[in-house]
Amino acid sequence: MHEMGITQGILDAAIEAAHKAGASRITAVNVSVGELTEIIEDALQFAFDALKPDTLAADAVLNVTMITPRSHCNDCDIDYDHDRFQMVCPTCESFAVTPLNGRELQIDSIDTEDDSEE
Amino acid sequence: MARIDLAKPILDKNERLASENRARFEEAGVFVLDLMASPGAGKTTTILATIAALRDRYGIAVIEGDIASSVDAEKIKAHGIPAVQINTGGACHLESDMIKRAVSALDLETLDLIIIENVGNLVCPTEFDLGEHAKVMILSVPEGHDKPYKYPNIFQRAEAVILNKVDTMPVFDFDEMEFNGVVRSLNPKAPIFRISASKGDGVSEWAEWLAARIEVVRIKAGKSAK
Repeated sequence: MHEMGITQGILDAAIEAAHKAGASRITAVNVSVGELTEIIEDALQFAFDALKPDTLAADAVLNVTMITPRSHCNDCDIDYDHDRFQMVCPTCESFAVTPLNGRELQIDSIDTEDDSEE
Repeated sequence: MARIDLAKPILDKNERLASENRARFEEAGVFVLDLMASPGAGKTTTILATIAALRDRYGIAVIEGDIASSVDAEKIKAHGIPAVQINTGGACHLESDMIKRAVSALDLETLDLIIIENVGNLVCPTEFDLGEHAKVMILSVPEGHDKPYKYPNIFQRAEAVILNKVDTMPVFDFDEMEFNGVVRSLNPKAPIFRISASKGDGVSEWAEWLAARIEVVRIKAGKSAK
């Protein structure tokens, strides 16, 4: 259930950025989440809907891009996609690998509206 | 409509405070260990065994994270070791601001090692940087050899894996070969320490690994080697 804490982080960052930009409301929050973080998209959506009322993001949607894990094999020098459970190089079965993607927990952007523009 | 690009970590605030904590620890030459495991895996018993192995060489303190109660901190204090209890009041993991507050109750000048006992949980603590130098996890034999399949992230994040309660292996259907194989595939570099924290078996190998890590931080801070 750490999705609640993570979603609070998403909202805090989104609202701070919207305030800075002088926006009236947030219409969308766009985030990237690596599958290796074991974060469940449904739980993020649930927490987002629970936390957003009475904020600038009250009517915002949360767009989550899940990122497939990808690693680099230090022995045979290839990059490869893999699932959450197998890091080992599929070509040479080396354990000497460097993770490239899959641990992301990033807020990419927010979409906002400004009443004064209308 | 306007799009504002942020491209920043969701846990930015936690990570900033964690970096501040780490800088403070490094200046004082204090190695900080974040110990993660399920409830009942033997975190507190392992901490006590580690203290027994290293207390003659190093100044040690413990930060205890629990949802409620100060049972664990009292156990540590009974051995003459400073302990600070954090009650998360329901939260499933510790965050860096809690550590910052807890550390203010400790005298860093007298310390070489702080052990943080995270909230008993195999999922949530893994994503939160506390400012530690290493995350280490404990799995106990009765939990079963299949746990790395179910909770891969914590096994990937740990710099070392402690397999506790190895003395109970004959009683449980624990396939150690399979366990070692899965842990290696998830985390090729992490050593696996087989211990029985309550009986003391295997604790010295684990303690020596930890001592080597403590020395690196001590020397960087200009303390003399022990």
